[in-house]
Amino acid sequence: MSVAVATPQAAEPVFHVVDEHAHPEGASTMLGFWIYLMSDCLIFAILFATYGVLGGNYAAGPAPKDLFDLKLVALNTAMLLMSSITYGFAMLTMEKRHVGATQMWLAITGLFGLAFLSIELYEFHHMIHEGATPQRSAFLSSFFTLVGTHGLHVTFGIVWLVTLMTQVARSGLIEANRRRLMCLSMFWHFLDVVWIGVFTFVYLLGVLR
Amino acid sequence: MLTNPDIVKAIFGRLTLESLPLHEPIVVLTFVAVAIGGAVMVAGLTYFKLWGYLWREWFTTVDHKRIGIMYMILGIVMLLRGFADAVMMRLQQAMAFGGSEGYLNAHHYDQVFTAHGVIMIFFVAMPLVTGLMNYVVPLQIGARDVSFPFLNNFSFWMTTAGAVLVMISLFVGEFARTGWLAYPPLSNIGYSPDVGVDYYIWALQVAGVGTTLSGVNLICTIVKLRAPGMTMMRMPIFTWTSLCTNILIVASFPVLTVVLALLTLDRYVGTNFFTNDFGGNPMMYVNLIWIWGHPEVYILILPAFGIFSEVTSTFSGKRLFGYTSMVYATVVITILSYLVWLHHFFTMGSGASVNSFFGITTMIISIPTGAKMFNWLFTMYRGRIRYDLPMMWTIAFMLTFVIGGMTGVLLAVPPADFVLHNSLFLVAHFHNVIIGGVVFGAFAGIAYWFPKAFGFKLDVFWGKVSFWCWVVGFYFAFMPLYVLGLMGVTRRLRVFDDPSLQIWFIIAGFGAFLVAVGIAAFLIQIAVSVMRREQLRDVTGDPWNGRTLEWATSSPPPDYNFAFTPMVRDTDAWWDMKRAGYQRPLEGFKPIHMPSNTGTGIILAGLSTVMAFGLIWYIWWLAALSFIALLAVAIGHTFNYHRDFHIPADEVVRVEDERTRLLAAGAKP
Repeated sequence: MSVAVATPQAAEPVFHVVDEHAHPEGASTMLGFWIYLMSDCLIFAILFATYGVLGGNYAAGPAPKDLFDLKLVALNTAMLLMSSITYGFAMLTMEKRHVGATQMWLAITGLFGLAFLSIELYEFHHMIHEGATPQRSAFLSSFFTLVGTHGLHVTFGIVWLVTLMTQVARSGLIEANRRRLMCLSMFWHFLDVVWIGVFTFVYLLGVLR
Repeated sequence: MLTNPDIVKAIFGRLTLESLPLHEPIVVLTFVAVAIGGAVMVAGLTYFKLWGYLWREWFTTVDHKRIGIMYMILGIVMLLRGFADAVMMRLQQAMAFGGSEGYLNAHHYDQVFTAHGVIMIFFVAMPLVTGLMNYVVPLQIGARDVSFPFLNNFSFWMTTAGAVLVMISLFVGEFARTGWLAYPPLSNIGYSPDVGVDYYIWALQVAGVGTTLSGVNLICTIVKLRAPGMTMMRMPIFTWTSLCTNILIVASFPVLTVVLALLTLDRYVGTNFFTNDFGGNPMMYVNLIWIWGHPEVYILILPAFGIFSEVTSTFSGKRLFGYTSMVYATVVITILSYLVWLHHFFTMGSGASVNSFFGITTMIISIPTGAKMFNWLFTMYRGRIRYDLPMMWTIAFMLTFVIGGMTGVLLAVPPADFVLHNSLFLVAHFHNVIIGGVVFGAFAGIAYWFPKAFGFKLDVFWGKVSFWCWVVGFYFAFMPLYVLGLMGVTRRLRVFDDPSLQIWFIIAGFGAFLVAVGIAAFLIQIAVSVMRREQLRDVTGDPWNGRTLEWATSSPPPDYNFAFTPMVRDTDAWWDMKRAGYQRPLEGFKPIHMPSNTGTGIILAGLSTVMAFGLIWYIWWLAALSFIALLAVAIGHTFNYHRDFHIPADEVVRVEDERTRLLAAGAKP
């Protein structure tokens, strides 16, 4: 939007933009996606709060100390953090318009994401196998819901990633695709930040408790 | 007939022939009436070959004006349903004395009061408010559309999908019998094993997606698409209140989403969030749902405040008194609305200090609200007031809302609340502020902006009939409830023992009858106005001598709203333009870039409805299938990169020349 058309004092008042340029497509997308992310952030905030309130209610069942294997979680965290770094590389190569390199980094990001999900599913499976099911206590209900919601987000992130890789393969790094990759980038890093909260608040503090 | 019960169960879940409420004559009669009405409408649309027109011009539209109008229609249709529930309750309570059981059994009555609350808040008040914001905000800020036009269409259809689910529950299965917020443990699977609560959950979840996304959309629109020169402190007050409302939506609806999701897990998976054993805590639910619920009431009232501000200033012929203080009052209310949720359950036992804190914050909210009241009064002071319909609704609001505000402050005192909580006093209070504030506001807004949307004014006679019936009916219907509440009558009762109370319920029932006449008069008003549209025609686009930009364009506005984006030099931009001798540009038109229509929104919402239906009835294959379809359609939509087109300059010239001709014809008496 050309805001440059100022109204000079004493001259004829200008009531409309004479030389108008069309809005660049997607000019509000970044802001809109940010606002959406903040609403998503609230979802996690409430899940964290729920865990904060109910996380100590073991109902005579297993407690974090009995269940969490910090080494496994550390490995899992490393997978997700690595995926964030590789997504960063994808964005750097995208800026240079290297389609092949971008696709490669995106693929690596996706693989790290899959590794993260696999380890998480293994952990869940293990816990359920030991009788620590989501139904066992309010602690476990809130644990599975918080961590599971994050995992669900990562799953959708991977679906989205594959979709975008297909679109980049079809039409290259055109502006619309770059904008979409930017949005997924924000989403992916956001999930990373949330995971750091999960790691600290649920796992580390849980083992201390 | 299939004989194996397992196969039947796999195909139909828990949906059986017994799920149809054939034993409830009232529901059956309603169904017959709705079916006949629906069949007539479908036949009519087919006979006049209107399906294609509806699909192309309305269902798939991304034009914020048409989406706004569809929201209003949804709100008005659902108002009829919600009001029918209200009339049923009033009748039951007026009858069920002296051993009489009334005409509604407990099973049905409990559904009626739950459905009434849910429908009135989510599918009447929200669509009316969202509809007005959708229609007016882009025009007021001089924009061509919202930031994300496709998302806008999708949001509307998701809201509608939620309403459709509630309507299905009337005829297939049943609705929740828990009250409109479905507190556990009552709403948990042990005490509500049937589909009622599941209808409730999925209707709200589906509609909630729409509401949240429309909030994101309108925030972006207001932040990004204002006309040049329109700084934040030059925005019309309605745009300001819309901005605050949408911030509240984005910052509160996720809480509802989560709390309903947790309840869903409790019901479907057997987790222990809100159970009484295994460490669950039902009080968490009450806290969380009110952390959404209190901002929600401000989501509804703030746009109404905005409407009253626009109306007061327009019909007093004056700039709004205390514009800056109005803005700050709105922002302060927005923030404070997050600090008061606990006043909805003082009696839950949070302790004296916590109750005092929330009691005091609640009382503090009345300060900015009072400031607004004085601003409206001072705007009218020495104004040249025209008592057209919007202004009449505004005066009625000011009188009524002050009463509701005062009883609200009364309830904010925790010791008083211990006596009055859960009583009809509370019911009278929130109807007083919601009807006196939001509903009157919606009617003021409809009367005010109807000529903008359709190019002719609403009929005044029937408008006045509607107005007086509504206002007088409101007082008849709810003042007795204050009295009854002070006498200790609790809410949601179906039968009464004390015969001395009956007269108050009969008076309240008479009030409901008057409101019914008011609603009928409103519908007649619209019909009469359509028939008399040539006499009521306004070609100027500015029938009220308005002050803000929506009055600068024609009525109804062209698809592109403004041929040239306006430049804003002052608050009340259009008033400033008129005073400075604005001349409509007649040449130099250029092609205008616009978004194209798409059917994806309605398809996604339809699939969501099917998925929700599958989940409600445990028809897992249907839910899974529609979820996969949902993903496929959503992803498929992203492969379409061509979502816009240009309105050619010739077309713009043709539309603008037509307006020039009409203006010239209108100027001659």
